[in-house]
Amino acid sequence: MVERAEGDLLERFARGERTACARLITLAEARDPRFASLYDRLAARTGHAHRVGLTGPPGAGKSSVVDQLLRYWREADLGKIGVVAVDPSSPFSGGALLGDRVRMSSRLGDPQVFIRSMASRDAHGGLAHASVEACDVLDAWGAERVLLETVGVGQVEYEVSRVCDTTVVVLHPGSGDSVQAMKAGLLELAHVFAINKDDQPGGERLAADLEEMLELRSDLVRERALLGWKPPVLRVSAREGRGIDALANAIDAHRRELERQGAFAEVRRERKAAHVRALVESALHARFFGSGRGRGELGEELERGLDAGEGPYALAARLVARIAGEEPQR
Amino acid sequence: MSGEVPTKKIRVLIAKPGLDGHDRGAKVIASALRDRGFEVIYTGLHQTPEMIVEAAVQEDVDAIGLSILSGAHMALFPKVKRLLDEAGLSHVLLTGGGIIPAEDARALEAQGFAKLFGPGTPTSEVCEYIERAVRERSSAEPA
Ligand SMILES: Nc1nc2c(ncn2[C@@H]2O[C@H](COP(=O)(O)OP(=O)(O)O)[C@@H](O)[C@H]2O)c(=O)[nH]1
Ligand SMILES: [Mg+2]
Repeated sequence: MVERAEGDLLERFARGERTACARLITLAEARDPRFASLYDRLAARTGHAHRVGLTGPPGAGKSSVVDQLLRYWREADLGKIGVVAVDPSSPFSGGALLGDRVRMSSRLGDPQVFIRSMASRDAHGGLAHASVEACDVLDAWGAERVLLETVGVGQVEYEVSRVCDTTVVVLHPGSGDSVQAMKAGLLELAHVFAINKDDQPGGERLAADLEEMLELRSDLVRERALLGWKPPVLRVSAREGRGIDALANAIDAHRRELERQGAFAEVRRERKAAHVRALVESALHARFFGSGRGRGELGEELERGLDAGEGPYALAARLVARIAGEEPQR
Repeated sequence: MSGEVPTKKIRVLIAKPGLDGHDRGAKVIASALRDRGFEVIYTGLHQTPEMIVEAAVQEDVDAIGLSILSGAHMALFPKVKRLLDEAGLSHVLLTGGGIIPAEDARALEAQGFAKLFGPGTPTSEVCEYIERAVRERSSAEPA
């Protein structure tokens, strides 16, 4: 890894150099101590991009749909697009095979497109610990849209809906019926449904089934930031490039609706606050408990409390009081 | 994330330039590298040198492994090296394997390629080589 001066890196980034953009993401992933101050200097330039999450079971065609969306938006010349695609790390070796690029080839060589593959490493919830930072780097790079593809392990991936403005759930006829989608928690978090592989039989039935379920459980389709948005169910074929225009337009319409209701800025604000809260949490943990038993400023105190048979709640309350600089309450 | 331990994984791009019809060898190497803890970016068949270098830029990889069977290595490999240098990625370890006669391998290594591996090389040998060579390079780079 070539390390250049940080100022130089930001300068190159400001000039739009793609190697600088790539290196910033690497520093975020590596939890490099230099990233913090670099990130703070970029933060003022973020918040413009529409952040779109794509989730759904493996093999549903998320990467293929991303590729088609890239093609659609770029052919319409609607500005830069960033993509962050997360694939799982092996729990055994810690390594990862990142293959999303195989499907994302239609805009290769387009200087307005930047695609980054990411391993989930130790993060849960379908994202990687640095995926949000990577999205922000691409936002600061000038992307109008940042697409975030999740691991898609088939489990609930709420995380993506928490960090994105618009969440697209990609399903395909082979991925089961609406009950399965509901079990997986997908009904509540989708702003848009894409029923992919509509070149194969079963797309129509799955779409009708989902529509009906959405109707019956309209109470469940909880919209956190947006009143009156009814998630459209769209049939697409990434292979044939069919239905992509309607999908792209639905995603854009959701952004417009967020803006109209004043929620776009609000979501951003809350997201920044959540980011800071998470940073505080991990910094507190590192400072007071370090990285193991008996470590950090309070690690020994914790061990002593346990040895003395102090109850977990009382001990925790006492340690919090210590952190807050209050008199220990015994 | 400020409180966490810094971690840098080795990232390797495995690419197949040219018109080879199958990519079993490339996939075997890719999965062997994964099983040794590398993060491997796999890009699929029929990659042009331009596509390979662009992917290396965006993914900020430490190493590139080119796999070729078609015999077009003397046409494709030097072009990858040239584009890589032009993109400011001379620090990236550029290696490869496939059916490459010894004198071609020597010529390519003289042009700045790292070690090239013949067919049938044990994957563990390739993995160990890449790991060692990348670590050597990153410690040789100015901080
Ligand atoms: N028939 C058909 N196959 C598709 C379509 N979209 C993707 N696929 C195939 O489905 C498989 C998984 O696609 P991929 O985009 O990698 O899915 P992901 O795991 O959700 O990202 C690949 O073999 C694709 O070629 C489609 O619209 N129709
Ligand atoms: Mg994918």
